[in-house]
Amino acid sequence: MTVDLQLSVNEQIYPLTVDTRETLLDTLRERLDLAGSKKGCDHGQCGSCTVLVDGRRVKSCLTLTVTVDDQPITTVEGLAGEDGLHPLQRAFIEHDAFQCGYCTPGQLCSAAGMLAEAARGWPSAVTPDVAADPVLGEEEIRERMSGNLCRCGAYPGIVAAIEEVAR
Amino acid sequence: MRPFAYERPADVRSAVATLGAGTDAMYLGGGTNLVDLMRLGVAEPGTLVDVTRVTPAAIEETPDGGLLIGAGVRNGDLAAHPLVRRRYPVLAQAVLSGASGQIRNMATVGGNLLQRTRCSYFQDVTKPCNKRSPGSGCPARTGDHRNLAIFGHSESCVATHPSDMAVALAALGAVVHVEGPGGARTVPMPGLHRLPGEDPSRDTVLEPGDLITAVEVPALPLAARSRYRKARDRASFSFAVVSVAAVLELDGERRVRDCRIAFGAVAHVPWRAGSAEAALRGAPATVEEFARAADAEVRGARPLPLNAFKVPLAHNLLVRVLADLAETS
Ligand SMILES: Cc1cc2nc3c(=O)[nH]c(=O)nc-3n(C[C@H](O)[C@H](O)[C@H](O)COP(=O)(O)OP(=O)(O)OC[C@H]3O[C@@H](n4cnc5c(N)ncnc54)[C@H](O)[C@@H]3O)c2cc1C
Ligand code: SF4
Ligand code: FES
Ligand code: FES
Repeated sequence: MTVDLQLSVNEQIYPLTVDTRETLLDTLRERLDLAGSKKGCDHGQCGSCTVLVDGRRVKSCLTLTVTVDDQPITTVEGLAGEDGLHPLQRAFIEHDAFQCGYCTPGQLCSAAGMLAEAARGWPSAVTPDVAADPVLGEEEIRERMSGNLCRCGAYPGIVAAIEEVAR
Repeated sequence: MRPFAYERPADVRSAVATLGAGTDAMYLGGGTNLVDLMRLGVAEPGTLVDVTRVTPAAIEETPDGGLLIGAGVRNGDLAAHPLVRRRYPVLAQAVLSGASGQIRNMATVGGNLLQRTRCSYFQDVTKPCNKRSPGSGCPARTGDHRNLAIFGHSESCVATHPSDMAVALAALGAVVHVEGPGGARTVPMPGLHRLPGEDPSRDTVLEPGDLITAVEVPALPLAARSRYRKARDRASFSFAVVSVAAVLELDGERRVRDCRIAFGAVAHVPWRAGSAEAALRGAPATVEEFARAADAEVRGARPLPLNAFKVPLAHNLLVRVLADLAETS
């Protein structure tokens, strides 16, 4: 079954006819040529498909495209602004935060969403007093980024890069 | 995946009406469990009724000092809410210990309560499973049940309920608000989820078409001193092997005035530890007494060959959580 809708991705409007079964990840990659978001597991377990929907990080492999026609979507392709790379992108390069790069688009979108959560004072599972404002150190970053796996094990660089931007 | 129609109802009543009358429609929350099960062929709805825009997405204080949490509230927003963090830390911690930041941003309170078991046979349509396909058998009983139930299981099914949030809600004595084809009603927790008995296909006491609209957490001042602790195979982003939610209140002589305890990942339901609670009330807050209370609860366990380790794990986890809570009292 198909539905006609408009998708807003990286501030561009795309009129589309989508199968109700289509996930946002497949729409982005197969229909819109936005292949930055990656398919690692297709079960919500690896984070390589992470995008921002209305500024919140989500897994596009578990998001049906028909459910997000009324919300702005940002993918890794939309992170950089007029004046060049996003600070996270620059920090990832500086800190060697990737090897093969497959998980990187998901790591970047996840980190952007995570920093926004932390800025709003959201706690995490390792926040010592869940009622208090968290301080974003290494342990907090690792916990908050645990939804993003990296098979190359570039974690030390990823954490260092995010820590620098968080400061 | 089987083709399906997608509907966005205008309000709760029309959502319930769409699911009535024996259709093969299902409600869609954040989709983090249902979309996956559809992809696996475990769920095959003909229509998805997206309820994320009609179930309340706000958290309100009730007149008596409790909280009314809309079923559409995302897990991440629930754990971040100042009143939840201050009054019910056990609930914030339980939610934060589950899944990942991305999934918590998607998952709704209603969907979290109704997520299905992670038993691997249930998720594999090439295998028999009484829960997925009634009467086909339960291969987990003699197969891989390392992470399955030690309490309340039956010949038919030994699955566990995977939610962390539900364990905290069961400890707090939450009440689930339901809108069904016959009108509105409430279901207390524990009591929403059911033991498998001879019909493991039913996870809860809800009837077809029932929509969860909210979860009410009662006023419980002692819950300001509460804690959730989760043992798992890796430090983050992993389901529980055993978890415990505990609320503890001591009197001036350091005796237990009141307590609430529930275990997760040990049964088909969040397991409220009534025997441990009874043993604790009035007892001195010492590690010896905590161990005695934990003994009283795990005495009722019936572990399977591969999950007997969960019995001492549940025992020790409870003693540790109570000791931590007593230390800060
Ligand atoms: C990789 C991964 C790891 C995870 N780890 C954990 C973990 O450690 N701990 C944990 O607790 N959970 C974990 N989860 C599960 C996650 O918490 C659940 O998938 C989520 O809470 C389900 O909520 P949802 O809104 O996405 O539900 P959906 O997937 O949309 O729906 C789930 C079920 O509920 C029904 N439903 C939805 N809303 C309503 C309603 N209002 N009324 C009636 N029925 C409704 C649907 O029809 C469906 O049957 C994990 C999930 C993934 C993918
Ligand atoms: S334990 Fe339950 S869910 Fe798992 S195979 Fe047996 S019947 Fe199915
Ligand atoms: S592809 Fe979405 S989480 Fe792995
Ligand atoms: S850089 Fe290769 S998977 Fe992360």
